[in-house]
Formats: sequence, C-alpha cells, structure tokens
Amino acid sequence: MPESYNYNPYSSPSDAVKAELSEIDASIRAAAIFFVISAIGWLMLGTVFALLAAVKSHSPDFADAYEFLTFGRVRSAHLNAMALGWASNIIFAVGLWIMARLCRAPIQHKGILLIAGIFWNIGLTVGVFGILGGDMTSVEWLEIPRYATPLLAFSYTLIGVWGVIAFRFRKGDHVYVSQWYILAALFWFPWLYIVAQVMIIWFPVRGVVQSVTNWWFAHNVLGLWFTPMALATAYYLIPKVLGRPIYSYYLSVLGFWSLAIFYNWAGIHHLIGGPIPVWLISAGIVASVMMVIPVIVVGINHHMSILGMHKQVWRSPTLRFVVFGAISYTLVSLIGSSMALRTVNEITHFTHFTVGHAHHGVYAFFTMIMFGGVYYMMPRLLKCEWPSAGLIKLHFWGSAIGITIMVVALQVGGWIQGMEIKNAEIPFLEIVQNTIPWLKARSVSGIFLTAGHCAFALNFFWMLFAAGALRAKEGPTLFVNKEKENSLVL
Amino acid sequence: MKNLPLLFCGIFFALAFSFVGLILTSHIQLGSLTQTTEALVPSDDDPTKMVVVEGDPLYPSKSVGLAQQGKLEYISLGCMYCHSQQIRRADFGADIDRGWGPRQSVARDYIMQDRVLLGTMRTGPDLTHLGGRYAGDAGRDWNHLHLYNPQIVSKGSTMPPFAFLYETHKIKNNVSKDALVFPPGSKYGPKEGYEVIPTRRAVALVEYLLSLKINYSLPEAIIPE
Repeated sequence: MPESYNYNPYSSPSDAVKAELSEIDASIRAAAIFFVISAIGWLMLGTVFALLAAVKSHSPDFADAYEFLTFGRVRSAHLNAMALGWASNIIFAVGLWIMARLCRAPIQHKGILLIAGIFWNIGLTVGVFGILGGDMTSVEWLEIPRYATPLLAFSYTLIGVWGVIAFRFRKGDHVYVSQWYILAALFWFPWLYIVAQVMIIWFPVRGVVQSVTNWWFAHNVLGLWFTPMALATAYYLIPKVLGRPIYSYYLSVLGFWSLAIFYNWAGIHHLIGGPIPVWLISAGIVASVMMVIPVIVVGINHHMSILGMHKQVWRSPTLRFVVFGAISYTLVSLIGSSMALRTVNEITHFTHFTVGHAHHGVYAFFTMIMFGGVYYMMPRLLKCEWPSAGLIKLHFWGSAIGITIMVVALQVGGWIQGMEIKNAEIPFLEIVQNTIPWLKARSVSGIFLTAGHCAFALNFFWMLFAAGALRAKEGPTLFVNKEKENSLVL
Repeated sequence: MKNLPLLFCGIFFALAFSFVGLILTSHIQLGSLTQTTEALVPSDDDPTKMVVVEGDPLYPSKSVGLAQQGKLEYISLGCMYCHSQQIRRADFGADIDRGWGPRQSVARDYIMQDRVLLGTMRTGPDLTHLGGRYAGDAGRDWNHLHLYNPQIVSKGSTMPPFAFLYETHKIKNNVSKDALVFPPGSKYGPKEGYEVIPTRRAVALVEYLLSLKINYSLPEAIIPE
C-alpha cells in the first residue's frame, strides 16, 4: 500500500495521521472559533431581520413608524447579514479548516486570518448599520454603502491570499477535490466583488451594463462562492464520517470543471425579458440549462458514496445535515435550470417564486451543509463533544421543517402570483391580496427556523464555555447511542 | 488531480471567459449608446447612414433637480425591492396589457441614469411609466396620499406606510397649500385642527415618481399608434 494512502481524506486508523491532524487543528483553532462565533452572531441577527421583513410583507402596519425598519431596508440588512455575515464567516471557519487539514501542514501566519476576520466583521457591522440608516445602494447583493466596502474587499483579499499561501506550503502530491473547490472559490470571489464594486458603484458603467454586471456578480455569489464551498465541505465530510472514499474520482473532475465553466454565465437569467441584448439572455439560458451536468454528476457521486449506509447517515448529526443539503442541491439546481427557460421565467420572474428559490439554494443546500460542517469541526477543535443531542435534533427538525414550509409556500404562492399577473384581467390589488396567505405561511416557517437557530446557538455556546467539563464525556454525540443501535441490530 | 498549472489556468480562465463574454462584450455593444431623436433620417453626405433630426429633442432626457434628489430617497428606502422599472415586450407577460407602459423598454432608455434600478420583484406594480399613469397635480396628490398611507387610495395594499416622510402640524390661521387633502371622512386623516405636510424628502420622492415616464419613441422602440 503506498504511503500516501494513509493521508487520503477519509478516516485513517493510523495514530500518526490523527496526531498530525490534531496539530493542524490546534494551529487554526483560535481563528476558526472566532469565525464560528461571528457567524452565529450574524445568523441570529439575520434571523431577527428576516422575521421583521416576513411579518411586514403581509402586515405592512407592523412597526411602520420606524424608518430604519422599513421593508426595503430590513430585507437588505437581512440579506447582507446572512450572505456576508453568516455564510462568509462560516465559510472562513469551515472551508479554511478543511483547507488546512487537506494541505496537511499546521497553518502559518494565523495572525493574518484573525486580523482579516476582525476587519471583515467591523466592515460588515458598519455596512449593515449603514443600510438601516439609509445609505444603502439599492444594487442587489451589493447594498453595503461605499464607505464600508473597501474594508470588506481588503479583508477578503487578505483571507484569499492566506488560502493560497496555505495551499502553496502543503505537503504531499495529491490535491483532493475539496481543495480544488476551495482554492477556486477563494480566488473567484474577490475578483467578482471588486469588479462589481468598481463597475457599478465607483465608476458606474453606462446604463444596463450595470444590471448585467450586477447579475453576473449576484448569481456568482451563490454559484462561485457558496456552492463550491458547500460542495467542498460535503466532499470532505461524507468520506470522513463514513470511512470510505468518494465513489468516483472522474465524476468529481467532471463535476468541478463543468461547474467552473457553466455557472458563471448563468446569472443573466435574472434579466430575461429585460432591456438587454437577446443574445446575452440566450447565453445565460444555455449556461443555466447546462448546469444540469455538474448537478447530476455531483448528485450521482454523492448518492453512490452513501449508498447502503443510510443508517450511519441518519445517526450522524453531521451527515444528516450534509445529506439534506446535498439532496437539496440536486433539487434546487434542477428547478433553477427550468426557471431559466423563457416560458417558465415569463411566469416566475418578478414573483415570490424566486425568493423561495433563493432560500432553497442558500439555506436548504448551502446552510444545511455548513451546519453539518460545524457539527463535525467543533468537537475536533475543542476536544470535547456536543453537550446535547436533543438540541441538535431540535436544530435539524426546526431547520428542515422550516425551510420546507418556506420553499413550498413561496413557490406555490409565487406561481399563482405569476399566473395572475400574466392575466391583465385580474386587478393588481387582488393579486396582492392572494399572496398574503402564502406570505403568512412564510412567517410561520420563520418560527421553526428561529427555534432551530436558537437550539444551535445554545448548544454551541454551552459547548464553548463548558468545554472542560464536557471533556469527560466518552464517545461522539450521536442521535442513537451505540448500545441501543447494537441491540436493535441483534 | 496533480496537474496544478492546469488547475490554476482553468480556475482563472473559467471566470475570465464569462467576464469577457458577458461584461466586456455588453459594454462594447451598449457602452457607446447615445441620446437620439424619436426618428432618424438619412444623412446628407451618405444616404445609407441614418442620423438624428437636427433641432428635434433628444431622448432619453436626463433627470435633474428635485426628481434627482427624489431618486436618492427611492434608493435609500429600498423601493426597488418591490417595484421594477422595466417593461417587457407585448407578447411576453402582460406588462403592456396592464398599462404599465406604452412600449417595451430598451437599453437606450437607461443610458442617462447613473444608477439603473431595473428591479427583480413585482410585489407592487412596475413603475417605469408611473408619471404617465398619474400625471399632473392629481397624480401628485394621489402619490402623496399613497405614500403617507397606501390604504387611503389602495385599500388592501401591502405597501408599508411612509408616514415618517410627513409632518403633522397644528393649523395656524389658514390650512397651508401643501397640506394633504384626505378624502372626506377618511380615518387616516389628522385630528381636527391639524394638517399633514410633506417633508422635503417626500416632495422630492414624489417628483421623482412623477418623472418616471416613457412618453417618447426611440428609433428601435416606437410607441404604437
């Protein structure tokens, strides 16, 4: 057996490898914990903004006296708190930790990471308060006012550079699939962000070229930043927890390159029917449909990797979240590809269907996988177990039920809304009235999601502050304890 | 994967490809669009070339003054997250059938705007041609009442009230000329002896809304008779 076998990313029985990983974990501990704490803080704040926006969307009189909480601002504060606060911080935590582990070298210059992380969160805090205070740009996904964005771009670039340095000083020859995704995303996002800032905010290009740039950027936040990081996490965790390799190396290669080539052309489907050249729209539609290739390929690869081990998947908190996310990836992407078709888009464009779709992608796929990542990472960083399996269960069901209600409500309601808007006989106010029950269902879904997030935060801080006391606990926190499982088998 | 130069090149060119294909190419195609007259005529020097009509007004015109300040309020309040500003062509959606605009909007309509607010949601109706639909003093009054509380003129709307853009004063001597005129018996009106006056921000915002209109043809988008 070649020596490199021992270093493959699935669980190794060798004590030497475990010791090496432990050393790497120790080197990145402070930075990773800082990022997780920031991420959870933003998740909770973003949840509050989300609840406010959800209730306001069907009850416009709710808290209507406060200008800073008007719908347009609070929904933008929600988006930025979640996309740049929760999602990006959790990527910095989980993604960089996976990168460090796969590079098999204790990280250098951890100070850079911490400084960049502190600046990132300061910039974001200034930015979100700026939005509420009335300085937002009204450019979708780039609402943060311009006095905060250079700080964000700077700290982001610092983190990207750190990632490349970590990669440069890796040990071993083999570069695992997760590393391709992470490396690519670390490189892509600052490019996208800086180009979009310059071309839309600082030196605005003429007319609708702004909109084209806007949607090239905004869709790629999902496509080239969240998606690769979530896929990298899934590719790392599935073999780790199940202790066997990914089904097919060649499917991984195909999935990665087809995503890299097609995803970044797809964003133009947000402008179908809009005042831009038709060839641009057609290019966007073709790319959106071609996304079926990476999605199916990754779907097959993940599915075959867990085949026959469903019991282990269900028992592991990590994999229960990750597999929920992986299945959602296939679903949301196929729905996304069909939404890009002109006949479908004519109905779904401009409706709540798109909002449902966005949450399907960012929450049911990305966020669920990252939750799984945190459940796997924290015990290894803190060397203690999660204090409560019950809270993890509450988190899983709160999130899973909540997001399912939200996606179904917004997509059914959005489809009806789209069909009605297309029929000019139906008065607009009647259509608005007809969306209200579905928007109320979204507020209900918010209660489930909030419960899940509270359970997550509670469990996390309990673990963080009581780490010493919990260290005595033996064995990992699973949903069914081993004795019970064995007795079931027997 | 062990071929790292290939990995790096691939990562770089994947995004460079779409950046060139979508962003730079559309900039080359659209970045040089200029204002034009409603119709074009053959040039005197070269009859195969179409040129603008000397002396005719140029469109689209640039939004100035109060309307431009109002646009900043529109941006700051996030109106575009529920209201689009784009009309799709006649056989694609019901934009024109609903009377949201007299013709489809085209790229040239936006060239004088320093921030383009196409929007992607129609929680509320499209506003491309709002100023054409609610014109003049009647349109101004309607928009002020609607902003103060949408329920006054659009019962059942889910648009939030923007009453914080208005001030309620005790009436001195005479009712001031800017005061909102509520429908008789409206429960949203001020108490007896008080009046509701728009702040400068509300005035600017309404002027911006009234300035939104497509009342001109372009050579590539003619308003049908």
